[in-house]
Amino acid sequence: MAEKEKFTLVLFSGDLDKALAAFIMATTAASLGMEVTMFFTFWGLNIIKRDKGAIKSQGFMRKMLNILNRGGPSRLKLSKFNMLGMGTWMMKKMMKQKNMPSIEEFIEMARQMDIKMIPCSTSCGILGLPDDAFSEGIMSQAGAAYFLSQAKESKVTLFI
Amino acid sequence: MKADRTLDCVGLYCPMPIIKTSQEIKKMKTGETLEVLADDQGIKMDMPAWCKTTGNECLGLEDAGGEIKVYVKKTAS
Repeated sequence: MAEKEKFTLVLFSGDLDKALAAFIMATTAASLGMEVTMFFTFWGLNIIKRDKGAIKSQGFMRKMLNILNRGGPSRLKLSKFNMLGMGTWMMKKMMKQKNMPSIEEFIEMARQMDIKMIPCSTSCGILGLPDDAFSEGIMSQAGAAYFLSQAKESKVTLFI
Repeated sequence: MKADRTLDCVGLYCPMPIIKTSQEIKKMKTGETLEVLADDQGIKMDMPAWCKTTGNECLGLEDAGGEIKVYVKKTAS
């Protein structure tokens, strides 16, 4: 069989709505038989942080950041109309009513579809995120060169 | 139209009908036909596009006032 076509996404944003759009594209591409790589950087890392337990980082500022910016798929907020969480709560409720998968379910689906989910090593270093800060099924960290080597061979790339 | 299998995607929105179809097709033998029931209008454009990209055959589409039936024949291995 011919080599699979590739699709590479960068998730820079940690907003719930943008993450949803990205996971819809990623899982659909995988169902089209494409090889999908999702590269999570900066605020996007919040999407793949594990929901449970404390994230242990080094130093006062990084510790504070990971408390204030805890992240995790269940804690993501809408980019608009968050309204102190009310808007996000309502959006999640409306999605559930229409049988739309949650981010947690999308991550699980992506894992089952062999989508590669990779945290950016530089962001992890700056923001103080160890490898065990992430959900199950998230691959080990990689850098810009790895992303570019994938993106160069991809038919489609997106920056979200 | 006769189908070997039926997949109920009523109440599901994009991308779920397509993802479920791709999972179901994987379980089927080449030459078998899958009937997909859906009510998301997007499937009318999405399923032919999915078939074209994956090398399967979209046999036809019936729109019976809201509920849509799409027939997909597995032709890719």
